[in-house]
Amino acid sequence: MSEASVAVGGHAAGMMEASPFAIPSKKLVMWLFIISDAVTFGAMLFAYGYVRNASPDWPHPFQFSPSIVNVMLMTFILVTSSLTMLIAVNHAKTGNKSMAMRWTYITVALGLVFAALHIREWMGMIGQGVRPFQNPWGASLFGATFFSITGLHLLHVVGGVIALTVVAMRYGRGRYTGDDIEIWGLYWHFVDLVWMFVVPLVYLLNVAR
Amino acid sequence: MSTPEIIHAHAAPQGFIRKYVFSLDHKVIGIQYYFLALVAVFVGMFLSLLMRIHLVWPTASIPLFGDIKPETYLTLLTMHGTIMVFFVLTTAPQGGFGNYFLPIQIGAPDMAFPVLNMLSFWTTAVAFVVMLAAFFVEGGAPLHGWTGYAPLSAIPSSGPGEQLGADLWILSIAIFCLGSLMGALNFITTVLDMRAKGMTMMRMPLTCWSWFITAILALLAFGVLLAGGILLLMDRNLGTSFFVPAGLSLTGKMIFPAGGFGGDAHFSHAGGSPLLWQHLFWFFGHPEVYIAILPGMGVASQLLSTFSRKPIYGYKAMVYAMLSIGFLGFMVWGHHMFMSGMSPYTAFAFSIMTMAIGVPSAIKTFNWLGTIYKGRIRFQSPMLFAIGFVSLFVSGGLSGPFLAQPVLDIQLHDTYFVPAHFHLIMGVAAIFGIFAGTYYWFPKMFGRMMNETLAQWHFWFSLIGAYAIFMPMHYLGMAGHPRRYSQLTELQYLAPLLPLQKFITYAAVATIAGQFLFLFNFFWSMFKGPKASDNPWESTTLEWTTSTPPPHDNFGGKVPVVNNGPYEYSVPGAARDFVMQTDPPVGSGH
Repeated sequence: MSEASVAVGGHAAGMMEASPFAIPSKKLVMWLFIISDAVTFGAMLFAYGYVRNASPDWPHPFQFSPSIVNVMLMTFILVTSSLTMLIAVNHAKTGNKSMAMRWTYITVALGLVFAALHIREWMGMIGQGVRPFQNPWGASLFGATFFSITGLHLLHVVGGVIALTVVAMRYGRGRYTGDDIEIWGLYWHFVDLVWMFVVPLVYLLNVAR
Repeated sequence: MSTPEIIHAHAAPQGFIRKYVFSLDHKVIGIQYYFLALVAVFVGMFLSLLMRIHLVWPTASIPLFGDIKPETYLTLLTMHGTIMVFFVLTTAPQGGFGNYFLPIQIGAPDMAFPVLNMLSFWTTAVAFVVMLAAFFVEGGAPLHGWTGYAPLSAIPSSGPGEQLGADLWILSIAIFCLGSLMGALNFITTVLDMRAKGMTMMRMPLTCWSWFITAILALLAFGVLLAGGILLLMDRNLGTSFFVPAGLSLTGKMIFPAGGFGGDAHFSHAGGSPLLWQHLFWFFGHPEVYIAILPGMGVASQLLSTFSRKPIYGYKAMVYAMLSIGFLGFMVWGHHMFMSGMSPYTAFAFSIMTMAIGVPSAIKTFNWLGTIYKGRIRFQSPMLFAIGFVSLFVSGGLSGPFLAQPVLDIQLHDTYFVPAHFHLIMGVAAIFGIFAGTYYWFPKMFGRMMNETLAQWHFWFSLIGAYAIFMPMHYLGMAGHPRRYSQLTELQYLAPLLPLQKFITYAAVATIAGQFLFLFNFFWSMFKGPKASDNPWESTTLEWTTSTPPPHDNFGGKVPVVNNGPYEYSVPGAARDFVMQTDPPVGSGH
């Protein structure tokens, strides 16, 4: 038995095979989580496409103003927040802690604005009589798909806001490193990317004509 | 943060709670998963016993249980299927053995994320408790089958068990999805990032490959079921209609008259499609079949090589076959829906893809046969169960190409031919994989040997019993005996089949009785069995290089260095007929 007799409290680098992706495990697991989450969103969007195609009276309620203007504003804010996240990650990589934290908090603030605009829009829809089980215009599943898909996305935004706040605070106290900022940045970009599917499929396809 | 620092953030725990309950040690978590599955398998087996009794003596009253009404029978089949598929076949081979032996076999001190590992076990445990709770709420457990077909599962008024029981059932499945997803993240990361020096991907034991591929399937499949479960819960509780069409009637009564609030429902449902549920469910459900069987394939490969004292035949082919089975498994869900009104062209495509899975499956089978061919076979209990696995895999697999034909499926769907097929291959073969793993790894896990005589009796009981139960079911199916119905004994055209049904029930009772040999052997050996040496089977993989049972960090402060492939048996010129993976390099390795 030729075990290398290296006394260790854990594997030292070089005592293990290199990871085929050459990234920290924490980052790998975030990528894997993103894949599984994308599958869940994919199933939701598939269900939406399925029932939309099967409904002859699918409504097209979104007017340019206020709905589409509002969605464009939300999209602009979310894309901007991806940019501010990128700046935060760059500062974290160069070790500029205070700037990295500041830009992460700016990202969090933009996420909160997005969530606020989204909730305002939900309230407007609910005010017009849209429910998960009915709406004034046509197929009842319109409300079901709208609230479930945007709701799941909103849940991810709120989760990201909380996670980024916690990560930035711990990063400030030295418990987390710049890698953690980057890893949760990945999550944030993913949430942004999902929104890029939600906007055309849920909003633009249903513009009034 | 670099990888190694994450790994060993925890030292050996002291208190009982941290050591045995909320443990971060993958070995304890593996045993927790195993015991969860052990409880679940006996619950599921008891349910199947009640079903078998009811099928032959529908009016018999069961002591302490009472009469089995038709709806009770549907409840039994639903909970039997669900508990067996999720909490036994998914939990024991992957959560149990995978957790315990994957890190050791690749030379890691633990999984990549111990806390996540603990969370995934306890999430699964909560899911099991929620599932069992469905038995005890008003109306009882659901009756929509393990597939949860809508609209039955989507409408609380569709049956006695479809009220709170069905909500708990869906909730339990959703929680289980979360637990499995967390486990999958951990398994994949561990395989990619935690291998000891020299343990290249192509030197991993095939068990590790099977756990790795299973984790990838789980990662891609459970998210879809999760989405389906969320939508189903919305249908039931928020009044959406994803899976509920308009104009449903139940026993002649319209339950949702268009535009009004009908029956006892609070909402008017319209516009949904039960087929959407079938698509979402089976996109998960078919890969789930491979999630159940792949670890069994890994264990069989490991054991056939070890106990034949020969290298595995075609290691690379085995890896690629498992990968292609996993890949193809995502393209064939439609073969569960041939009778749903699907276009014949679509059915044809699904049929072709399904039969394509026969190719890698045959590669694996012939490689297993090639492995034992001219081997010096040691017929010990782990080997017997591994051979039994191959036998059941072939027997159950051969009916697959029949069911893959849309034309034959017109006759065979929803008959006993289908339970015969999937019980042999996904049920009993996978269980044989678990038994094989248990007899093989028990000495390492608990430090004592199991009783070989009892084990061999258990094997013959189980093998003959499994065939006696499920082989006749093929004939029942071809004769047109429908599945999923209670109280068919009065039907004239099924009367000639009743003796066969009785035979199956007798066989089931005997086989279930035989399982207590295992249960007794398991617990008796845990405390009274002879002490096991570090390598009782003269195996080559890393778990047999460490002490029995392994220390907290698996290798006692040392880091193994791997020089050889996993199955170097009977190497010419070697001192022994097996070369450990950590021995100085011999031959070409892999």
